[in-house]
Amino acid sequence: MFTILHAEFLAPGIKRFVIEAPRIARKQKPGQFVILRVNEHGERIPLTIEKSDPERGTVNIVVQSIGKTTHLLNSLNTGDSILDLVGPLGKPSEIEKFGTVVVMGGGVGTAMAYPTAAALKRAGNKVISIVGARSKNLVIEEREMREVSDVLMVTTDDGTYADKGFVTDKLRQLIENGTRIDLVLAVGPIPMMRAVADMTRKENIRTLVSLNPIMIDGTGMCGGCRVLVEGKSQFACVDGPEFDAHRVDFAVLVQRNSMYRVPEQQSMELFQHECEAQKQAQLAGQEDDLAVTGGKK
Amino acid sequence: MTQPAKVSANPIPLKERMKVPRQHMIEQEPAVRAHNFKEVNLGYSEELARAEAQRCLECGKPTCIDSCPVAVKVPEFVELIVKGEYLAAAAKIREDNVLPAITGRVCPQEDHCEGKCLMAKKVEPLGIGYLERFVADYEQRHLDISNLPKAKPTGKKVAIVGSGPSGLTAAGDLVQKGHKVKVFEALHELGGVLVYGIPEFRLPKQIIREQLDYMRAMGVEFETDVVVGKTVTISELMEEEGYDAVFIGTGAGLPQFMGIPGEHFNGVYSANEFLTRINLMHAYDFPNYDQPLVDFRGKNVAVIGGGNTALDAIRSSLRLGAGKAFVIYRRSEAEMPARIEEVKHAKQEGIEFHMLTAPVEFLGDSKGWLTGARCIKMELGEPDSSGRRRPVPMAGSEYEIPLSVAVMAIGTTANPLIQSTTPGLKTNKRNYIEADSTTQRTSRKGVFAGGDIVTGGATVILAMGAGRRAAKSIDDYLNTGAW
Repeated sequence: MFTILHAEFLAPGIKRFVIEAPRIARKQKPGQFVILRVNEHGERIPLTIEKSDPERGTVNIVVQSIGKTTHLLNSLNTGDSILDLVGPLGKPSEIEKFGTVVVMGGGVGTAMAYPTAAALKRAGNKVISIVGARSKNLVIEEREMREVSDVLMVTTDDGTYADKGFVTDKLRQLIENGTRIDLVLAVGPIPMMRAVADMTRKENIRTLVSLNPIMIDGTGMCGGCRVLVEGKSQFACVDGPEFDAHRVDFAVLVQRNSMYRVPEQQSMELFQHECEAQKQAQLAGQEDDLAVTGGKK
Repeated sequence: MTQPAKVSANPIPLKERMKVPRQHMIEQEPAVRAHNFKEVNLGYSEELARAEAQRCLECGKPTCIDSCPVAVKVPEFVELIVKGEYLAAAAKIREDNVLPAITGRVCPQEDHCEGKCLMAKKVEPLGIGYLERFVADYEQRHLDISNLPKAKPTGKKVAIVGSGPSGLTAAGDLVQKGHKVKVFEALHELGGVLVYGIPEFRLPKQIIREQLDYMRAMGVEFETDVVVGKTVTISELMEEEGYDAVFIGTGAGLPQFMGIPGEHFNGVYSANEFLTRINLMHAYDFPNYDQPLVDFRGKNVAVIGGGNTALDAIRSSLRLGAGKAFVIYRRSEAEMPARIEEVKHAKQEGIEFHMLTAPVEFLGDSKGWLTGARCIKMELGEPDSSGRRRPVPMAGSEYEIPLSVAVMAIGTTANPLIQSTTPGLKTNKRNYIEADSTTQRTSRKGVFAGGDIVTGGATVILAMGAGRRAAKSIDDYLNTGAW
């Protein structure tokens, strides 16, 4: 059991958890992830570690509600616990002095890009960060990113905050302005990472992406997380999660991530139904209480 | 002075015993079991066990013991069954084998004790596996494990990496020598391949849990969710956590694919992934459990490979509702590495065997879902390095099979997690850990290894044999300090 020492929403549907996990906290390096299982009937899912505190023995994860497991996770609060948490898994990000590095975070990907941005900054790089979200209320970790960046740019798809547009618009501007870029790291939704890869391929800028395919054990045993990299199978859990963006077959990644869409939807609907039923029962319970006390409280 | 002749407890005269047929295992009917995940073999009754045990010829020089990787004293435990002393029989097995309920179910006895049984030359061999299972199950129901005798503590600590058959065996043997033993497991459940690899219908999880309870009662400690090499390194275990010796029994690891076109289509699984979803994650009970699987109902499913893993996978797919289930294997049935009983069971359940056949390409639709395989027929040529005749493709024999799911069960390669994080640990050119075949010592002082991470994919009992040898050698090392 792994206790949640602190839980807070960073944005609607995006929650940060500080979890007691001393072994993992001690070993975690930027770019690595954990696999967790919420309860006895839960599935195993991978989540990138935002940061860790070896002294307190804690790791942070940032979770966006998408399917059943992430919704279930985000219903947990301070003091609750997670049944299984294992890590740190995957290869750490390559941290060295590259020169100028552009770190791009799309949506919740910002929380995953953050530890690497911080480490790149510490390694003496000039860090230009580009953070994007759909809308103002979904921009997360702006302050944290600002602290570790020489330049921070923020975009929202709908223009409700900072500059209207996509993170790739900012990257294009940098390229067009003739900014020297030695490395790009992009973490976010697949369409965003693919768009970044397409843009930097033409410019011959080395680009890394952090992939998040379906995974079970996370130690190389099952091969479920295989991605096609230059026509060859690689396992994201042990060979990644970061890969050369110009060699990744994004179409296969999208296709494989869609493999369980039907059961995933079924699971989500059942979960929502149960939540609704629980709420109704609670409401009914409250009404019963009122009836017993004759409405006087 | 001559030794007095041993008086047999067996009421059947020696020359009559070969005439008694081997007692049949009680099984679920094929038509029924093909649609459930419950255990196929239901076990001997006491009467069947006694009748079978009485078939033993009590050879002067038994060949069954030496052919067992952990050297179970077969004639002695069988004689105790004849006498009706079942708990004593179980204790006798436990002197050499800490997982009798497991080996009684999954050991390929035909390659070991039963294959070497004298009777096998003329009639069916003694049902040693069935008898082992009988006494192990009897022990489970009748033995109080709350007060097992404990050895005097030696003050030495041993870390076991991996809770599969080799690790559990080493742990069980070492704790009986008085050492403090802790087993580290990467997954959330203990048992390694026994839980993620072998399906419920062949080895129920409850059996594994009971064997683990026994080990806990012996004093073995366990910690799950620890990936040694990532969560903690071997060096840290020895230098910071105070372990005097470490045994590495992490199993084989990374699944192999064929490298043919189309292996990325949705519906193509590695056997490890497919079986892990079913066995460890209970995907057959979705949505009660959250881990999903693709829908198998009415679909054509094929497994590529001819080992126990291949048969476990294809028989599981039948239980998930597959319409047609095929085994596609590039050699002939005679070369299949699977246990004979599994092949028999699979055929009874209606699985089609496509022997001397190999896929050359997987076919898919525009959305990336598997639709079939293009296969080629093979013929057997000269023997290869494994001693088996090498399959050679027959030109012009290609044909297509429509498929919705294909499971690749063609073996594994070494998982590099520990090798790459343990300085001074020698590996061979296939990246398996080098360990002495008698002492299981590695190139690093205090570190021992055994099972699939040393030999490559093998069987539960061979891994247990390695765990046993390692335990003996670790005990020697801890007592003498000599390396």
